[in-house]
Amino acid sequence: MRPDSRLMVFLSLAGALLVSACATPRGTGDLGIVIERAAGSVQVVETTTRTRLAQVSGLGDLSHASVVYSRDARYAYVFGRDGGLTKVDMQRRRIDKRIVQAGNAVGGAISQDGGLIAVSNYDPGGVKVFTADTLELVADIPAGSGDSARRSKIVGLVDAPDRRFVFSLFDAGEIWIADMRNPHQPRVQKFSDVGKLPYDGTVTPDGRYYIAGLFGEDGLALLDLWQPDKGVRRVLDGYGRGQEPLPVFKMPHMDYWAQSGGLAYVPAVGRHEVLMIDQKNWTESARIAVAGQPVFVIARPDGRQVWVNFAPPHNDTVQVIDTLSLSVVRTLKPGKAVLHMEFTPRGENVWLSVRDENRVDVYDTETLERVTSLLADKPSGIFFTARAQRIGQ
Amino acid sequence: MRMPTHLTGILLAALGALGSDIACAEPPESRQAELMHLLTQDCGSCHGLKRRGGLGPALTQEALKGKPAVMLREVILHGLPGTAMPPWNNFMSTQEADWMVQMLLEGRTDAP
Repeated sequence: MRPDSRLMVFLSLAGALLVSACATPRGTGDLGIVIERAAGSVQVVETTTRTRLAQVSGLGDLSHASVVYSRDARYAYVFGRDGGLTKVDMQRRRIDKRIVQAGNAVGGAISQDGGLIAVSNYDPGGVKVFTADTLELVADIPAGSGDSARRSKIVGLVDAPDRRFVFSLFDAGEIWIADMRNPHQPRVQKFSDVGKLPYDGTVTPDGRYYIAGLFGEDGLALLDLWQPDKGVRRVLDGYGRGQEPLPVFKMPHMDYWAQSGGLAYVPAVGRHEVLMIDQKNWTESARIAVAGQPVFVIARPDGRQVWVNFAPPHNDTVQVIDTLSLSVVRTLKPGKAVLHMEFTPRGENVWLSVRDENRVDVYDTETLERVTSLLADKPSGIFFTARAQRIGQ
Repeated sequence: MRMPTHLTGILLAALGALGSDIACAEPPESRQAELMHLLTQDCGSCHGLKRRGGLGPALTQEALKGKPAVMLREVILHGLPGTAMPPWNNFMSTQEADWMVQMLLEGRTDAP
């Protein structure tokens, strides 16, 4: 063999090794993202052996950041506070594309067919819609109050079947449905006077009902997306029974509809209670006293438990509600500032971000004991790729 | 309804306090760090980690320009009824609120 042909063999062998090292196939179904809100970075984590795979930086101001996934769970779309929309490649673990699309944003949604990304903006108030692959603008829906030019902050933006996005206007007290069947010309159906200051909204897992929580009064606004022409109705009206509400030091959220045994679990506003709604007739079924103002009320995927975290000064506490006995069965004290909770796809673990301890804790949901912890820089939202297959997530 | 109307009361208190100077006694350093943490993280939930606004208005130096310090302190301590701004007087003293207002007006983000 001549020297240069030996070199060629060596080079091609080395090349093959390099390629295989880079391209080891790995699915994304057990991956997730942990937001490091102050650092403007995200961690890519995996939930099978519970480790951190990578840190991706350069995502801007991530206070209140949230994530949706492409339907193949290859890409994460991260919505930042500063109006940044960043598409992160979960396999290559790097930024694929990033734009800054508004001055101040709060969250977003991906369309039923995975082709569109909608972003919910505070400033200027409205919704912008982009192509999911290239993040090119396809539609801009400014949200004025009624026909006035005054813009309203947008909250509770979700996707719904039949290529629709649904969202609420915080300042204007309205719910809008944007029909995106022609993406360049959205058709918007508006519902006014739904209640004062809707603070967030979500859709039931079957995609039928959109529910907005109200901050400015006791109650929730319910819209049947199968029959939108029947309008928005108020449910749990006056649940505070005329009592003066307690101060709320952090807005509650309606991340994903928490349901179990035909009942839905929602945070009360200004009361240290979780409200339970009978989903047959949308009336209050019961209420459970909890440790503080609930922020997230989330159900284990099988509905056996509901986990609750709290606003300051009770944000060091997490409570677990047993959905058979309808009582709090465990009060956990994971540490200072528990900001978010996310179940693994089938619910054997729940991950908690404990901001002021710079930790993400993983709990076993059967023993209610901590399994492990991962280091993270001021972690906030945790989002697993199982969301890719859920309506409204 | 969750809209009590003490706004007038707050304004009156603010006006009344205008005559007196804002107390500028500095909290101890360890407490300053706690207050700055609260300002960044908890106020930041609504006003943004970088104070550029969110559900609540921006609190940047520029946004607060010309706003009387006493009014800002009263809003921090007693909240703004009819909005999502709660009263923080169980979390800090009047002097501590004054110090936070000073940090905001000077655009300071670091605890000294």
